[in-house]
Amino acid sequence: MVPTNYYLILSAILFGLGAVAFVFKRNIITIFMSIELMLNAVNLAFVAFSQAFGKVHGQVFVLFVIVVAAAEAAVGLGIIILTQRNRQSLNIEKVDLLKL
Amino acid sequence: MSPALLIFFVLAAIAVLAAVNLVVQRHPIHSALSLIVVMVCLAGLYLLMGAEFVAAVQIIVYGGAIMVLFIFVIMLLNAGEEERTDFSKIAKFAGLPLALALTASIAAAVVKPDPNVPGVTQAVIPEATKQISSMLFKEFVYPFELTSFLILVAIIGALVLAQREKK
Amino acid sequence: MIALLTQNAFWIITIVKIALLLFIVLTVNAYLTWFERKVVAHIQSRWGPHRVGPHGLLQPAADGLKFLFKEDPTPAGVDRFVYYLAPFLALALSLTALAVIPFGPDPLPFSVLGQKVYLWIANPEIGLLILFSITALSVYGLALAGWASNSKYSLMGGLRSSAQMISYELSLTMSVVGVLLMANTFSLTEIIEKQSHGLGGWGFLGWNIFAWGKGGLLFPQIIGFICFFTSAIAETNRAPFDLPEAESELVAGFHTEYASFKFAMFFIAEYTAMITVSCLATILFFGGWVSFFPESWTITHYIPSVTLIPFGLWVIYDGIKYETIFGKVMLPGVGAVMAAIGAGLIAFPAVNEFIQPVFWFTAKVFVFLFFYVWARGTLPRLRYDQLMNVGWKLLLPVSIANVIFTAAAILLWGQS
Repeated sequence: MVPTNYYLILSAILFGLGAVAFVFKRNIITIFMSIELMLNAVNLAFVAFSQAFGKVHGQVFVLFVIVVAAAEAAVGLGIIILTQRNRQSLNIEKVDLLKL
Repeated sequence: MSPALLIFFVLAAIAVLAAVNLVVQRHPIHSALSLIVVMVCLAGLYLLMGAEFVAAVQIIVYGGAIMVLFIFVIMLLNAGEEERTDFSKIAKFAGLPLALALTASIAAAVVKPDPNVPGVTQAVIPEATKQISSMLFKEFVYPFELTSFLILVAIIGALVLAQREKK
Repeated sequence: MIALLTQNAFWIITIVKIALLLFIVLTVNAYLTWFERKVVAHIQSRWGPHRVGPHGLLQPAADGLKFLFKEDPTPAGVDRFVYYLAPFLALALSLTALAVIPFGPDPLPFSVLGQKVYLWIANPEIGLLILFSITALSVYGLALAGWASNSKYSLMGGLRSSAQMISYELSLTMSVVGVLLMANTFSLTEIIEKQSHGLGGWGFLGWNIFAWGKGGLLFPQIIGFICFFTSAIAETNRAPFDLPEAESELVAGFHTEYASFKFAMFFIAEYTAMITVSCLATILFFGGWVSFFPESWTITHYIPSVTLIPFGLWVIYDGIKYETIFGKVMLPGVGAVMAAIGAGLIAFPAVNEFIQPVFWFTAKVFVFLFFYVWARGTLPRLRYDQLMNVGWKLLLPVSIANVIFTAAAILLWGQS
């Protein structure tokens, strides 16, 4: 029997690490991966609550989150490919002006 | 210490170490590999909790499709190591403490165990797959159909975005 | 001491089973390479390996020694961690998939250390999903190998291989959904269990490919099987879908820069994936260990002996006439062992009963492995765009249509 708050603390730690990577990294793809890490941390919290209370609603929502993350990854990586084509660099500091 | 607690600590430690590795590594492909390790550890934790279907979906969809997409893009765009740029002075000193503060503020809400929330054991929900699928088609049928439409839009969007420019 | 053993009996038995399974699978892999070279050679009207040992039977041992002693260079400029990780990942994932495959229904007739010993390492409720997860993860071995080699041919070969694998993964999983609809469970032993009720007791009619069980004729999964096997051949990067790793194309594709032992790991991973997919095809579509004949025809229980004894005698006869002295000694020895096993099965009926399901399972897996090798020797290679067209435009719609028709059949004609 693992207490539920252990899972929630782990989810909080992973979310914090994802936020840190999101703020501090320079490569666009790594920033995108940190978004996926944050989504995974939230999924962990959902499943922990679902199994603690014995209802499957949390797991259904996890399926929806995974599907939406997949769709977002597809479109986001398409945008990243276009950015690389236009600026010839994957450094996010080169994409911070509205003007080309 | 029960076996479940021991396995939880092992998997949690590996997941946190891999997430730290994701932040620390300079080359995006090493970060991607660390993220795959995190996802597999999380799938192990889902199995430990008894959510078998979600664990399998996590590995098949997240680990086997989304991360493959990431790795393809990293390989095709020939992403190199990150250059060393100078952070702003504030970020160098206040970065790590502020990150710890953020994590602590989220974790503080859940650190004390709530007596109303029971602990997580393995076999709580019988026939979870059947219940999930019946719920997907009965109560959540509207979001289900909407997400299928969303995926279609995403496919068309990705195709349009990534095609070559017509000369 | 005995108390310590009986307390941890479960772990000890599991570790022994894992070691035994690894040993058996690696030996079967080695002789599968011999079998493939001989069969492809005979299809092409030549002899295969026939010098190293009688009929080339020691060729896998010679190949193994070669792989151990060859120089193992590491090219310059590779990403070391990923370069060493890729073959290890491919091999580990391929071998892990064998842990959930059941080889027989009953446990051993004697109990070891107070525990029943089943003929599988693990039998989870979601056995089939675990196999698909491992298949999904094995794309990484190829993609990372291609990228880490710091060579443009390897990169293109690796990207093509992994794109092919993820494309055919879709039709692979879709073609199995028909079986899942009829069986209502993900567990592999239960899927076999549901196929054991053929019409009139005839074993093979209950197999999912004919699906004529006691409840009546459901939807025979013939199209599903064809989609599954074609996708599986593409998934394991075998001929006719092996453009990314063919030697006359992109200079051996993703494993160009890998020498002796790491190349051997990719090799073993590919053949183990072949074995896993053949086991999966027999379990899902051909009834696993369910015998061909009805259960009441107990005379068919002598089929293993009836195949082993004449084959053993023929090997003895062939060995006596063989040219080399080593062959004259070894072949009759092997033949005598086979005939002795066959005779022993007749003499000990309890062992014969136990061996029956395992024999049928192994025989069916062997038939599928022969199909694999036959396809390699016969069919020409598909070009890459033809390959992707077949995967996306032909197999995926057909497997989705199979799911729809199976679901309609179950709704109309009821669930058995």
